[in-house]
Parts: sequence; structure tokens; C-alpha cells
Amino acid sequence: MLSETRIVLRNLGRIDPVSVQDYQKQGGYGPLRKALSMKTEEVIAEMKRSGLRGRGGAGFPVWKKWSFTASAQSGQKYVICNADEGEPGTNKDRVILSGDPNSVFEGMAIAAYAVGADRGFLYLRREYPYVAPILDQALENARAEGCLGKNILGSSFSFDIEVISGGGAYVCGEETALIESIEGRRGEPRFKPPYPGVSGLYGRPTVVNNVETLANVPVILQRGGEWFSGIGVPNCTGTKVFTLCGNITQKGVFEYPMGTNLRDIYETHGGVKDNFDLRGFMLGGQSGNLINAGQMDLSMDIDSCQQAESVLGTGTIMVIDDRNDILDIVQNIMSFFIEESCGKCTPCREGNIRILEILRRISGGEGRMEDLTLLEDLAGMMNVACLCGLGQNSSVAVITSLHNFREVYVKAIERGRRA
Amino acid sequence: MHSIAGEDYFITPAAEKRITELASRYQNEPEQLMNILLDIQKETANSFPRSVAALVSRVTGIPEAKLYGFVSFYSMFSTKPRGRYVVRMCHSAPCHVCGAQGVMEAISKTLGIKPGETTRDGRFTLEYCQCLGVCENAPAIMVNETVYRNLTPGRAATLMEDYQRGDMKEC
Amino acid sequence: MIRLTIDGLPVEVEEGSTLMEAAKKLDIHIPTLCFHPDQDVKANCRICLVELEGNKLLVPACSYPAENGMSIRTHSPKVRRARRNILELILARHAQDCLHCDRSGTCELQAVAEEMHFVKIPRYPYVARSDESDNSSPSIVRNAAKCINCGRCEYACSQVQTVHALSKVGRGFEVQFRPAYGRTLAESICVNCGQCVQACPTGALTIRDDTQVVWHAFAVPEKLVVAQVAPAVRITLAEALGEPPGSISTGRMVSAMKRVGFHKVFDTDFTADLTIMEEGTELLGRIKSGGVLPMVTSCCPAWIKFCETFYPDLLPNLSTCKSPQQMFGALLKTYYAEKTGKKPEDILSVSVMPCTAKKFEETRPELGRNGMRDVDAVVTAQELARMIRSAGIRFDTLPDTPFDAPFGLGTGAGEIFGSTGGVMEAALRTVYEVVTGKPLENLDIKAVRGLEGVKEASVEMNGMSVKVAVTNGLSNARKIMDLVRAGKADYHFIEIMACPGGCIGGGGNPIKNNAKMKPRLDAVYRLDRELPLRKSHENPAVKALYEEYLGEPNGHRSHALLHTGYVNRSGLLG
Repeated sequence: MLSETRIVLRNLGRIDPVSVQDYQKQGGYGPLRKALSMKTEEVIAEMKRSGLRGRGGAGFPVWKKWSFTASAQSGQKYVICNADEGEPGTNKDRVILSGDPNSVFEGMAIAAYAVGADRGFLYLRREYPYVAPILDQALENARAEGCLGKNILGSSFSFDIEVISGGGAYVCGEETALIESIEGRRGEPRFKPPYPGVSGLYGRPTVVNNVETLANVPVILQRGGEWFSGIGVPNCTGTKVFTLCGNITQKGVFEYPMGTNLRDIYETHGGVKDNFDLRGFMLGGQSGNLINAGQMDLSMDIDSCQQAESVLGTGTIMVIDDRNDILDIVQNIMSFFIEESCGKCTPCREGNIRILEILRRISGGEGRMEDLTLLEDLAGMMNVACLCGLGQNSSVAVITSLHNFREVYVKAIERGRRA
Repeated sequence: MHSIAGEDYFITPAAEKRITELASRYQNEPEQLMNILLDIQKETANSFPRSVAALVSRVTGIPEAKLYGFVSFYSMFSTKPRGRYVVRMCHSAPCHVCGAQGVMEAISKTLGIKPGETTRDGRFTLEYCQCLGVCENAPAIMVNETVYRNLTPGRAATLMEDYQRGDMKEC
Repeated sequence: MIRLTIDGLPVEVEEGSTLMEAAKKLDIHIPTLCFHPDQDVKANCRICLVELEGNKLLVPACSYPAENGMSIRTHSPKVRRARRNILELILARHAQDCLHCDRSGTCELQAVAEEMHFVKIPRYPYVARSDESDNSSPSIVRNAAKCINCGRCEYACSQVQTVHALSKVGRGFEVQFRPAYGRTLAESICVNCGQCVQACPTGALTIRDDTQVVWHAFAVPEKLVVAQVAPAVRITLAEALGEPPGSISTGRMVSAMKRVGFHKVFDTDFTADLTIMEEGTELLGRIKSGGVLPMVTSCCPAWIKFCETFYPDLLPNLSTCKSPQQMFGALLKTYYAEKTGKKPEDILSVSVMPCTAKKFEETRPELGRNGMRDVDAVVTAQELARMIRSAGIRFDTLPDTPFDAPFGLGTGAGEIFGSTGGVMEAALRTVYEVVTGKPLENLDIKAVRGLEGVKEASVEMNGMSVKVAVTNGLSNARKIMDLVRAGKADYHFIEIMACPGGCIGGGGNPIKNNAKMKPRLDAVYRLDRELPLRKSHENPAVKALYEEYLGEPNGHRSHALLHTGYVNRSGLLG
């Protein structure tokens, strides 16, 4: 049985989310005060020591992102908190924001100080309208206490945060699409380079970090990068906030060190419900991969997952029991991407719908073995040719299920042939 | 009263005043656009029809084509008038594997409309949506801005009946 | 300088160059679809993907910056596989009717498929992107089934022209470029300039074909088919028939048109000169009598609709002169009919134009008489080229034939109407001499020439300094008109042309990019230089027309035939 290691979720349930005093009593805004007494490069060096990598899915080292923006010359820089948690099966950002918003604000303020920004935006997905009042109230209280706004904590540093609503578009979780959306446009990703760190919001250097990433920042400042890097596994430090969903007994949001074994998490939370059998897992959200029950011994950290041709992604663990048909789930996932593709680049716009067409053919008993080659060819191309992460990863479920559940496809084709 | 049928949505003088007020918050600050348009949509039958776009375009100076491109991109907007209650059923995988389809069928049957349709009395619009971010309590739906979790077909039907009877406070 | 290798070949480029620019230096061609040399990079079609060593993802050559030490492969197996896959996806949703497409032979998609030797049948069943075909506009046809979603039309419409008639609608595989809220083009604020047609790589946006009316009339014995040809067409027609940009073909063009079947071929230069007489007189009248200034030209029908839609409050600033096309039409159906004893209804008045908006202008209800149109059909340079080819005429070896009398004589002033600044320069040549009574020494008014968006000049006349401005491209028109609206423009006279470069950049010409504009522009002024008469008021045919028929410029008859009014179209904005 595992027990949680709560760093990100440190204050959850222990404080009134909107009370800045409560947050301060837990040591909150001390790290910001400490940061303000440091040189900006020292703050970034601390982040480097911690080894913190982005928690939004891509896993880019946070200190590197910050240093691009810190070294960019510009009179105006921005920090954006990406709270467009659209990855199905991912609830962690909602839980963090509604339980401990100040930890995210403080992370943003430290980032802003480190890179020289004075304006922050928190892009909140529209599916969480009930979180907005919590954020607004918490922001107001933090400002009143001098933790945000002009001359923060009596220093010469000023920084404030505005909450911007999303409009219902998964693709806006992609940082450049999110920026386009804040700029009052259709949330279509930009080509990169240039990266937002150099040319982001309104063409200015912009740090975009995920909610969970930012919530880690104050703790790192407080207890030191060294300490943080001792948690998790080398090269992938700290904890991960996992969302357990699907057919598992105990669903919810739980925090474990990076590198925790999937089997341990699965068993700790009661395995599949109601005496059904485990069929497999969908890891990392819809853009993640499907693995079978036999692949459960997996270290849940960014690099190990990658080596196992899997993906940690947003830390979603969706458990699938044997009432479900893998082909049906893959079709559900492709319908998702067809609905959420922005339509900008050819492979994603035209490819997802063709994948679904082929899958329907197969599950409808009209598939041919060549269809599997076609699927691999098309999905493999999309993986390297699409403009943004959405398109590049929309076919991962197909690729991995072709690998890990090939017999399902073959059986469906053979069944059709016999009929 | 909102006119629901027909393509052209009639803006009452009161609504015009309210829309103009909201739109004039724009002040050439693009980052305000989303919040403003979402607020306006609440005033106009949960939709952003042509007449509203024209008015917002006049007030903000944003070409109507841009506004239309914008609202047709985001799933929270509709260019066709919708009901007073927009019922969104999550059909992402985590809800899907927890029985979302059965819940949808129960809602659809209770309201007497298929996904994408609005009831004749203009009260309900039923839609599919993607992940509502409450997967630990799947399956879930959202009615306007309120989320309902851990639904079964039976519970969903009862909930819709409560709305039909007007027992639910307007969200 | 940046050093990298492409396909094993070393190349040096300046910092900020893209991989495509680097490849071009090595004469390595990378296929493109969404890329347009005059527009911002979009990187959305993904056809130009190349392999960057050490990178898992393929990168688009159009947007990716070259960096020191990069090693690029432009046709590795991975690249070829991806490109062919992408092309296959496009083709499986693109109308399968190359054989009867307007753009067959000039289509960029067809060219890429040919280049890549894509000769197999796509592995995906054909699914039409949309079966919507919008034939509502008199100028432009939108065929959604041929759209490849590159976004070049929307860029032209919203960025270059600031019209915003086309928007990107919906998302995912349902994305379309079309007017908002289900409007047709005819119901939209489209000004018919055709710059979207010029930007479209495929047959998704094409010019409405009006050649059938003309072919049909040739077969009707009592019909006299009379054509007028606009100044720009003699510059762009040969290009449409395969010659280099800027090839002048006036005489060959008249020969070809005669062989095609036109009974009379007249020169719109003639009414361009007439326009100068009327417009110059109007300007002087406004200056003398304290009329509405600045006065703005009214030759360009796309500009007129733009002004009627976006600046209805400034309609009094527009010159009341009809465009040269419509002056011509009016004279044909009145003066010419009387003179030749032909019934007006037996004359098919055809104009050959570089312009798609002229097709709309011709339909304006106020521009006809007795239930008849002054201009019955407008054929663009593209359409005339097609007529010549389909009549089996070899163009390059044709002899020269002069225009027919009495409307065959134009001056250099009329000739330069074809480019931005031309109307202004022509007007100044005449107004100067009328005001001062002295010959203008240097006829070349260079300040108003060239392709810059906004040009200004000031000319001294009898102690008065006449201030003028010239714009081309509607985004520039907007800048000037905003100044006028704000009362911050102290010009007397403004020339506005909707299309970048003026009529030689018009939507009815062969498909262009900016590189073709300079040679076209040079050709305009070459024609002007070579003509014996270069001032409108010296055109003997124009003088004769006033003596014989019209009386005086801005006189009673001129007003009835050559002037018009405008309508407020701001209702189109919603």
C-alpha cells in the first residue's frame, strides 16, 4: 500500500482556499519574500538544482523555459498560467486551483520576478466556471495583503494576475494556441520557432507554465532545489499529481513521487471495480497511450514511460475493465480529436477523420489486413508531421493499441471476413 | 421573451443596452474579448446570432467576420439560439467507460430531443461535450454552469424532470 | 552568416533566413501549397516538410529558421512518405474534376501532384469537403469542394484589403473560408476585387465566366458585338497566354479579338481621357466653388463599393464621374447607336477588363437606360485569353491591328490609368495646363508612380499648391479615408485603386505575385512614353466628341451620360 507524498497538494483541505492568511500560516508567500531577496539568476539556478520539469505533458525543464524569457530583451514580459486542463481524465489542476489557489499565484509571482515580467494571466478553461469566483476572491485577498499588485511585500517588484476564460477548446491547452486565444483570436497553434519564451503574448517574451508546475515552485524556493531533487527519480524529480479514473474502485486525484510503479498505484486504489477483469490502461489522457494489463509494471516518470513507448503526460491513469471494447475506446478517442482538432494543419484536420473511418470499417466487419498497414502509415505520419502537439499525439492511441492490442484488430477483421 | 425560432434573433431595447454596455468594455484590449462575449451570450438565448454579432461589431470595431470566426471556433458558443438550459453530456473516454451512453439516452428520452436539438418550448438544448474535468465522478453532465456527477440513467432522468418542473433554481 | 548543409550541399545564408530560402539558394525546389510569396508564412499545409537531423519531428521549410550546423534532407524516405501521405489526404477530399476545372493548368495542387508523380488512386474514399458552390456573386465563384484550407484568400481579404468578407469558420475538418453567418458572397460585404481569386492556389475561388454570352452573340446575325478594352489588358493578356509579365500586346490583341469574332474593338483609353476631362473640370469646380474636398476618384468599382459600405458618410467626396467602362457603355448605347443607325438593343456592349469588380459595376441598376444595360458583358483578361485559345488562335505570331474608329484613339494619359497613380498623373497633366494656360514641361510626375501603398505630391499652379494623394490596396485606402473622416487630410484630390498596384494588379488578370508587378508597371509607362499624345485634353477624338455631341465637360449632356450617384451600403455590415 502506498501513501501519498503531498507537495503540490500540501495545503489541500487544510486551509480556506480564498484566505491568504490561512495560506501564509502554512508558510505561504515566504518563498516569494525569499525570492525577492535573491538575484533573479539565483532563483533560476535554484529551479535548475531542483530539476523540476513541466507538468503539462511535455516535461520541458522549467529553469530553461524561464531563462529564455529572462535573457530576452523586452520592456514587457508576461507569465501565463495554463489552467486549460482539457486532457480527458485529468482533474488535478481543478483540484489545485480550487483548493489552494495561492500556491499557483505565488509560483507565478516567483516566475515573474525571475524573468522580469509584471503582468500575469491565468487562462481558466470554461468548463470550470465555478472555480473562477474562488480565484477572483483569492486574488483580491492576496492583493489586499500586498502579496500581489504594486510593490509586492514592500519590495520594488510589482506583478498582478488576471483570470481569462477559455471558450471550450482542448487545443488551447497548447501554449501558442492559448496565447492566440488570450489575444482574442481563434485558438489555433502557431508554428514554432519562435517559442513563446522569446515571442509569446502580443509578440513579447512569455513564460507559460502549467498549474501543477507553478504550485511546485514555492516549495522549491522554500526547501531548496537540492531537497526537491531528492524526491522522485534522477532526471525526473519531485512528485506527480495523478488522476485515477475509469473503472477503478477508488477514483480521484493523488500525489506520488515520480517513478512510482503503476501496479502499486493501481493496487493501492483497489483495482477494477466489481469483480470485473482488467483489460488495460489509458495513460496520459486521450493523447496518451493504451497499454494492456500485462504492461502494468511501469515506473511512472517522464523518461521511463517514454522508454517503454508510453507517456506520463498529464498523469492520467484511466483503468479499463473487460466490459469495454478497445476498438470502441479508440473510436471514442478519435471522435474526440476530430471534434477538438482546430483544423489548421492538413494532417490533423484530414487525418483523424480518416483514422476513424478505417476503425469503423474494421469494427463494422469490413476491414482488411491492409487497413492495419494504412493505419500505421497514416498515424505514423501524423506523429511527425502535424503542426502542434495535439495533432502529433492524436494518433498515439491508435499506434499503441495496434501494438498492445493487435489481436483485437485482427479478430475484428477475421470476424468480418468470415461473415 | 427571446424569440427562439428563425435565424434572426430580435434584440429587445433592454438587451441592446446591456449588450452595448458589455461590448464597450472591450476598449481595444483583445484579452478581454472572450470574457465579454461569454457574458453577452448569457443575455442572448445562450447564443451569438447574427444580429448580436452586428451590434458587437459596431460597438467594438471588430469585423463581424472575425467575431463569427471566433465564436464558431469555441464550443461554448453557438450561432444558433439555444434553450434557457444548455445540457452538456460529457462523452470523453473516462465518462464513456463509466456508462455515459446510457445516461445520454435517459436524458434524451426525458427531454424528448436528440443531441444538437432544442426543445420546442425553447427551454432545453441538449449537446455532447468533451471532458468536464470531474472524471473521478463520472459520468457527469453540466447544465449551464452547474455540474452534476455520478449519474445513472435513473438519476439523470429524475434531474431532468426536476428541471422540467422548474424545481431547479436558474443557473 | 549561417552555414548549413542541405541534401549534403553546403550553403550560406543570412541570419533570419528560412530553410526554404536556403534551399532556393541551392536551386533545390521544395513543394508548397499554403506558402504565398507576398503573404505571412502560415506553415499549415505541411507539404514543405523537410528532415532536420537529430529532430524526430519533420519541420516546415517555409517557417523554420536556418541555424548554424543544421543538416537538412529535402527528399529523404521519411520526407517523401510524409509528403505523399499528406497530399493523398488532400486529394481524397478535393473535387476530382481536374478535367473541367477553371484552374486546370494553373492549379498549384495539380502542379504539386504532378511534381510528386502522384498517379495512384488515394487509399481513402473520396469525401467532398463541402458540396457548397456559391454562384451568387456577379464576380467570383466559390467552390468549397476545391478548397484546401490554406487560408490565402482570407489573408488577401482581411489583411491586404481589410474587407473581411471571408472568415475562417468552424473548426476541425469542417473549417471553411466563407462569409459569416451563412451569407452568400453577393449578400456579403465582398467588394468583388478578386484578390482572393488571385491568392487561391486551386479552383476554389474563380472568376465568374461570362464568355458564353459573347460566344452566343457572335452567332446572332443582327447583333453587333462591340468591345472596349481597358488599358491594363494589353499589358497582362500576353502573360495570360504564356509570355513574360510586362509583354505589351496591343496590336496583337486587337487582331486576336477580331479573329475571335468581335465586330468592333475600341479602346477604353478613349473614355479614360474623357474621364480626365470630366473629373478635372469637376475638381476645378469644387476648388473654385468651395465644394466638398478632397475629391476622390471613382474609376474603381471595388473601391466604390468599399466606400459605400465602410465610409458612407464620405460619399459626397467621391467624384460623380462614371468609370471609363460605364462612360463607354453609355456612349455606345446612345451616341454610337445614333451615329451608326443601330438599335441600341442590337448592340452587345462587351468590356474586356483586368477586373472582377467591373462585372458587379455593370449590374448596378443606375448604370443603364430604358431597361437595357450600358455594358452587357464584362470579360476579364483571363477570360479573353481563354477565348483566344479556344478559338485556336496562335497569339505570339499575330500581326498588329489598330483599334477601330471613332473610339480607337487614346493618349498616354489614358494608357497610364492601368497602374496606381495613373489617373492622378493624367489628371494633373490636364488640370495644370487648364489652370495655368502653359504647357507642362515635365510630363512624368514621378512622385505618384510606383508600388508603394500611399504616395503624396503637391503641384504648384498659378500660386496655388494642389495637394494630392494616391493609394492602392484597400488597407491603404482605409488609412487615407480615416484621415479624411477625421478632418486631417488637407488634400485636394485623392486617387484610390482597390487592387495592389492598381488595375495591372486587378483580380481579372492572370494569377500574380508581387514579382510580376514591377514588369507590368514598367510596361505601362513604356507605353505612355512611346505615344505622340500624352495629355487627355489633346485627344482629337475627345475634342470632336465634345464639339459634335456632348457640348462642354460637366455640361448638361455630359451630366446625363457620364455622371452617376452612389448608395449607402453600410447596412451590409449588419
